[in-house]
Amino acid sequence: MTERELVIVGGGPAGMAAAVSAYRSGVRDILLLERDQFLGGILNQCIHTGFGLDYFKEILTGPEYADRFIKEVENIKEIEVSLRSFVVGLTKDKELTVLKPGVLEQIRAGAIIMATGCREKTREMIHIAGSRPAGIFSAGLAQKLINIEGLLPGTEVVIVGSGDIGLIMARRFNLEGAKVKAVIEIQDKTRGLVRNIVQCVEDFDIPIYYRHKIVKIHGNERITKVSVVKVDDRFEAIEETRFDIDCDTLLVSVGLIPENELIEMAGVAMNKKTNTPVAEGLNRTSIPGIFVCGNAFKVYDLVDAVSKDSIEAGRMAAEYLGGAA
Amino acid sequence: MKKKLVCIECPKGCVLSVEIEDGKVVSVTGHQCPKGEKYAFNEIENPLRILTSSVLAEGMALKMVPVRTDGPIPKEKLMDAMKEIKEIRVREALRPGDPVRKNFLGLNVNLIATRESLVRVYKK
Amino acid sequence: MAWGGSKNPFPITMQKTYDVLIIGAGVVGASIARELSRYRLNIVLVEKEEELAFGVSKSNSGIIHPGTQVSPRSLKGRLCVEGNRLIRRVSQELGVDFKEVGELIIAFRKEEIDRLNELKKDAELLGVPKLQIVDSSWLREHEPNLSHEAVAALYAPTAGILSPYRLVYDMAENARKNGVGIFTKQKVIKIISMGRKEARNKPLFEVTTSEKTFQARYVINAAGLFADEVSALVGVNDFTIRPRKGEEFILDKKREHLTNHLLFPLPSKTSKGILVIKTADGNPMIGPTAQDIEDKEDLSTSDDGLNKVLAGVRRMIPSIAADDIIAYFAGLRPVAGEDFIIRHEKDVLGFINVAGIQSPGLTAAPAIALLVCRILKENGLPLRKKFIFHKERKKTIHLFDIPLDKTRKLVQQDPSYGDIVCRCEMVSSKEIKDAIARGATTLDGIKFRTRAQAGRCHGGFCTSRILKILSSATNTPLTQVTKKGCGSEIVKEERGK
Repeated sequence: MTERELVIVGGGPAGMAAAVSAYRSGVRDILLLERDQFLGGILNQCIHTGFGLDYFKEILTGPEYADRFIKEVENIKEIEVSLRSFVVGLTKDKELTVLKPGVLEQIRAGAIIMATGCREKTREMIHIAGSRPAGIFSAGLAQKLINIEGLLPGTEVVIVGSGDIGLIMARRFNLEGAKVKAVIEIQDKTRGLVRNIVQCVEDFDIPIYYRHKIVKIHGNERITKVSVVKVDDRFEAIEETRFDIDCDTLLVSVGLIPENELIEMAGVAMNKKTNTPVAEGLNRTSIPGIFVCGNAFKVYDLVDAVSKDSIEAGRMAAEYLGGAA
Repeated sequence: MKKKLVCIECPKGCVLSVEIEDGKVVSVTGHQCPKGEKYAFNEIENPLRILTSSVLAEGMALKMVPVRTDGPIPKEKLMDAMKEIKEIRVREALRPGDPVRKNFLGLNVNLIATRESLVRVYKK
Repeated sequence: MAWGGSKNPFPITMQKTYDVLIIGAGVVGASIARELSRYRLNIVLVEKEEELAFGVSKSNSGIIHPGTQVSPRSLKGRLCVEGNRLIRRVSQELGVDFKEVGELIIAFRKEEIDRLNELKKDAELLGVPKLQIVDSSWLREHEPNLSHEAVAALYAPTAGILSPYRLVYDMAENARKNGVGIFTKQKVIKIISMGRKEARNKPLFEVTTSEKTFQARYVINAAGLFADEVSALVGVNDFTIRPRKGEEFILDKKREHLTNHLLFPLPSKTSKGILVIKTADGNPMIGPTAQDIEDKEDLSTSDDGLNKVLAGVRRMIPSIAADDIIAYFAGLRPVAGEDFIIRHEKDVLGFINVAGIQSPGLTAAPAIALLVCRILKENGLPLRKKFIFHKERKKTIHLFDIPLDKTRKLVQQDPSYGDIVCRCEMVSSKEIKDAIARGATTLDGIKFRTRAQAGRCHGGFCTSRILKILSSATNTPLTQVTKKGCGSEIVKEERGK
């Protein structure tokens, strides 16, 4: 069992900001664990602009925003970055089990900051009836395939959910030459930023159907069409309004779920509805010395807020360690 | 003629009221900063957009290097820009801000990288 | 194409004439193949889908039935009880986890207890052991989440669970190791019975598929939903397979300990009812519905099915909510009639139908295999045991299943055990590459063998990596990697290609 002072799980914007902040607050032994081969987290695939207006007073793309923090982290030798490192276990005594190529390591930490971000809600979680063909993607997966792997998931796309990720992907698909046939939104207005409706949907003349939902997915091997209906005030289908939209791709953009299975494993008190820790105060959990920051703590709209929140968490961890020392 | 626009310069999304005569903007209200006013003029007379996309790399640690125009380009040029982008191959180490194409499409903006193309491998 | 993966140590060379050709590589076909591979025979197994177990077996609930709820006068009843005994040894030999969890058939009214006693009597006629009627205080103690309206239950301790598709893959792998040739993407389109041509009076068939032509002395039709269409190819038309759809809903693994046994309501005429199922992977499952349909390819789920299932299970476990559901699918039972049709066709010598194998087909599979061997022997096929039969198979390694010290050792021996691809189910790139070496060619094939993509995020994080691994290991362009075979390619275009 190795002893480390501060272990941060997640090398995205939250983890990086927390690491730098902890260092600035006096912590000198920081291990930053990231499961991917690069730092940057989800920002690496968010190649659009809209980041940093508040924090840096500039309009940046996701990778540019991440780069600022990556450079800071790289310049601080007391922050040890461990890539391709995956935390498989966490206990209430702040012991982590970490798996990486060639190594299984157990670490006891003085304090832990969880910066594990979110996963996306999937088609299954919103119970869309029909078949299970190829061609159904969460918006984030489609984003990763296009932006990181250079792969176009499909050429005739329907998007369910008008959250920002879905809208951004509507534009992205169009730019790559695909046709986006519709955005389907169950509420009467968008869940995302209005600016995204303008530059992602209106710019490309994509019809957006408010107060509608998808009731059936068709297609055996690959999706061939979706059946759509208008909904009433209780979000129930109004059958007479049913119509079909041909497509070969369905993008699901219906929300994010914080990834907190590790702290749940450790016995942290959880709010079952939001899948976040019951907050004992910003970023704290029911286990002293285990902090949560960024989207894992609360789903933020802007990464600028994540950075601020994570800086606080870093400072709190330092204070905890200072006191515990 | 009056038209309502939503400004996209920043996440605030101010709703602008624009007075238009003969296709030209006469007055703008509803903006909370000068960028909003400028946006209204452009949006009616010559809509501009920043383009973000990704280009193929060869021999780099990344398969795709994300790029952006460092200034907005005419909205009607977006698909031409994409055609050009699909032809580009990055073969050298780039830092965010480094140009991938100078004076992209002759539009007086540069196409710049937004991510390091050669990425550091951390050694323990 | 010849099945066996890129590093197949037993390269398949086509035989001139096989002794037995088996149509359909689901749990029945694979069981028969494995059983026959004990003998000195040339066996070939053909499957029309891209991968094995992609037909009826894919949607199996994984339940090993004890032999309750089935007529004691039926063939399927006898085979179920025999199969329940045999499956324990088979699964152990193959390294497939079998868990004896027991089942409870639950009565909600005093009048229903008589029915429980009838079921108990019938089951005892079949030889089902250790049955007992338990009362509400037993239920409160052993099934704390069960509705307090339950008054009694028939407890059958010999019910169990296992992973149905892992059983098929491991059985097929063992069969292949013992010399069985396995070919996928072979849809049988014509069968010519050549009658008795040889001096030794053995029958002979020419079986043409979409790709090849095989010659075999005996043909076994284990073609699931399409068994009637295959049988018609040799002119035996006296049964029809009607698909009966069953929708099932998978719950979050966090609710693994919702129940301790498999929970059944009292059975109806057409089905065992809507159950609360424990699965070998830990996630509880609820369902299935029972709906007769026409289309043999209609695997769609419905809002109606969801509502029926929730209503059904809430009677037993009131705390189940729609929010617990993380995935769902539908399967089609191949219904030929009340019972299994397992017979040698006297009008087409050498042709054996194994049709209408719906529940308890998985349980009965090893017994069906033995029965088919007997039928073959009775019809002139000598069964001479091989000197060397590899009856055991080394258990597949799943990191999520083994203790940490074992993981540590594995990671030291092979670093790629530490390279985690599927974060939700903790699956390493080594396990995925092994699955490909063992025959997986699709995303679904990898999912069924390793559980990668079957976790909370449904492949949101791991799909792109698995795509790349599959593409590289099978030398397939990324745009041709599929979810479940031709037509289900994941991505349409690749930049620069």
